[in-house]
Amino acid sequence: MSSLGFFLIAIFTLAAGLAAATMPKLIHAALCFALTFVGVAAFYFLLGAEFVGLVQVFVYVGAVAVLIVFTILLTPRDAEKDRSFKWSGAWIALVVFGGLLWAILKTPRLGTAAPVISALSVRQIGKILMTDYVWPLQCVGVLLTAALIGALVLVMEEKR
Amino acid sequence: MLSGLAGVPVWVGQIASSLINIIALLVVFLSLFALVSVLERKILARIQNRLGPNRVGPFGLLQPVADGIKMLIKEDIVPARADKVVHFLAPILIAATAILALGIIPYGRNMTPFTIDGGILFFFAIGSTTELSVFMAGWGSNNKFSILGAMRAIAQMVSYELPLLITVLPIVMVVGSLTPDAIVAAQGNYSLGILPHWFVFTPWGAVAFILFFVSGLVESNRTPFDVPEGESEIVAGHMTEYSGFKYAIFFMGEYLGMFAVSGLAVTLFLGGWHAPVRILEVVPSYVWFFLKLSVLIFVFIWVRGTLPRTRVDQVMNFAWKFMLPMAFACILAAAVWHYAGHHLIGWLYSLVVVVVVYLMLSRFIGTGKKFAPRTYRFAE
Amino acid sequence: MTPTLQLFLIISAALFCIGLLAALSRRHAIFILIGIEMMLAAAGLNFIAFWRFGPQPAPPTGVMITIFAIAIAAAEAAVGLALVIAVYRHYRTTNVDQIDQLKG
Repeated sequence: MSSLGFFLIAIFTLAAGLAAATMPKLIHAALCFALTFVGVAAFYFLLGAEFVGLVQVFVYVGAVAVLIVFTILLTPRDAEKDRSFKWSGAWIALVVFGGLLWAILKTPRLGTAAPVISALSVRQIGKILMTDYVWPLQCVGVLLTAALIGALVLVMEEKR
Repeated sequence: MLSGLAGVPVWVGQIASSLINIIALLVVFLSLFALVSVLERKILARIQNRLGPNRVGPFGLLQPVADGIKMLIKEDIVPARADKVVHFLAPILIAATAILALGIIPYGRNMTPFTIDGGILFFFAIGSTTELSVFMAGWGSNNKFSILGAMRAIAQMVSYELPLLITVLPIVMVVGSLTPDAIVAAQGNYSLGILPHWFVFTPWGAVAFILFFVSGLVESNRTPFDVPEGESEIVAGHMTEYSGFKYAIFFMGEYLGMFAVSGLAVTLFLGGWHAPVRILEVVPSYVWFFLKLSVLIFVFIWVRGTLPRTRVDQVMNFAWKFMLPMAFACILAAAVWHYAGHHLIGWLYSLVVVVVVYLMLSRFIGTGKKFAPRTYRFAE
Repeated sequence: MTPTLQLFLIISAALFCIGLLAALSRRHAIFILIGIEMMLAAAGLNFIAFWRFGPQPAPPTGVMITIFAIAIAAAEAAVGLALVIAVYRHYRTTNVDQIDQLKG
């Protein structure tokens, strides 16, 4: 696993994430949010889970980002009244990061290099989805249908 | 072919072969784009009973050169209150995603530029980022018509992404793999030496091919579904504020998207690079691929010259009320065909499934609009 | 240096904290949703990193969990955004500080 690629993708993802969290204009933040997910998908490719990377680009960048952009357009606000940025949130996030970092660095035997792995093919994922994970698959299907119907009901205009 | 570089480390060889792939792909498809842009104007002109461009070069075939020079020397106007970065990046992203999508299509025997295990999923993942770029183009122009055009375009593209995907599902199910190479290889047999086993010759395959083709028409914003760029309605939709070279890049992105969808249709339904008859296998495989691709592009242009534009609500109705249930019926029919063996009984059953669903849909899904009998008034 | 499991975990912790930053420090409802989605993506990255560096031959549990997490995150984003639109229609604002009629 190449370390140059790792560092480039890491810098790109974290920079896009920071931009998404702190940019004052909402549309710029939404577009940087899409970039962050492209970076995370690149991480998945680096780690050898190509199918998950493709699903990530498809679902997040192709669907969730478009949803967020549509919602931003449908809820226009005049003159950006609140560009407020509460600094208490930043302190809490820093404290949490410090705690997680301490936990990671304290755990022994995490510094090993990556073992050689055969790539997980789509056929294996499909077979496992149909045998071991068939119940979660059906439940996710029901959940997605319920979410679809629920979102539609929430947004439908009331008939007068 | 790269054995001359045998002494260098592996990654140099990989980069060199990738570069050769990329350059070949770009050269072939950019020249095809230039050719198709002038051929489209000539074919449209012949349909409309006039000649097309015929002044530049023999039969007007050097017209793209003139167009390119014109686009390059035009002034690049950016609206003063536009969002500079977003306005600049939008055409680049549209063209980039179209070119990326061209990379996984098998053009001939052993001629796939990049083999990815989930090739079809890669194509659709890249295609779904096109919507975001269209929105960036519309919003970055700071123009009400642009935003309106972009919203219509995104609504249309998102609605038709579902039939596009679901019509590909029967093929993936029958072949058992997401790799375009495996899908092409599964269509390689011939019955009795003359009937190829292309998926378009099965009942579910024919219906799925028509649905995929129509969805491809919509995804590339071509007539009759070119509401987003309807010139008589909203100027040029999300491309209104672009001039000069950026407009040319939009144009190129649209055409390359058309090529990508046609290429995928050839791969999935029309047997890829296989010849129609076993005897003709001596002709190189990429010739067959480009022949089939040209037929599909000609049908794109033919439909553009023939049909009028649809209304936005008609487009949405069509997608959600007709194409989606029909696509699900295709999956059912493909499953029936696959499990009855690939024999005649399977054909009959799947044909029955498809025809029954089509008749039900066309009878019972009405749009509720009744039209009065047509009356004529003549000028006195 | 070759990327080790520690590095991947640090990156995903950083991404999680950036999502937390977005969710806690902005007052626009959509920003908060963006932050939540980033936190979910960071958790998914964690799962895949552990799957990759785990003992071989590994069952693809990490990959499966991530696939389901992505699907669930998409559903939750859809419903969350529908809620934001419905609230906007009623209150004409998306500032979460001003939606406090149930307070006290």
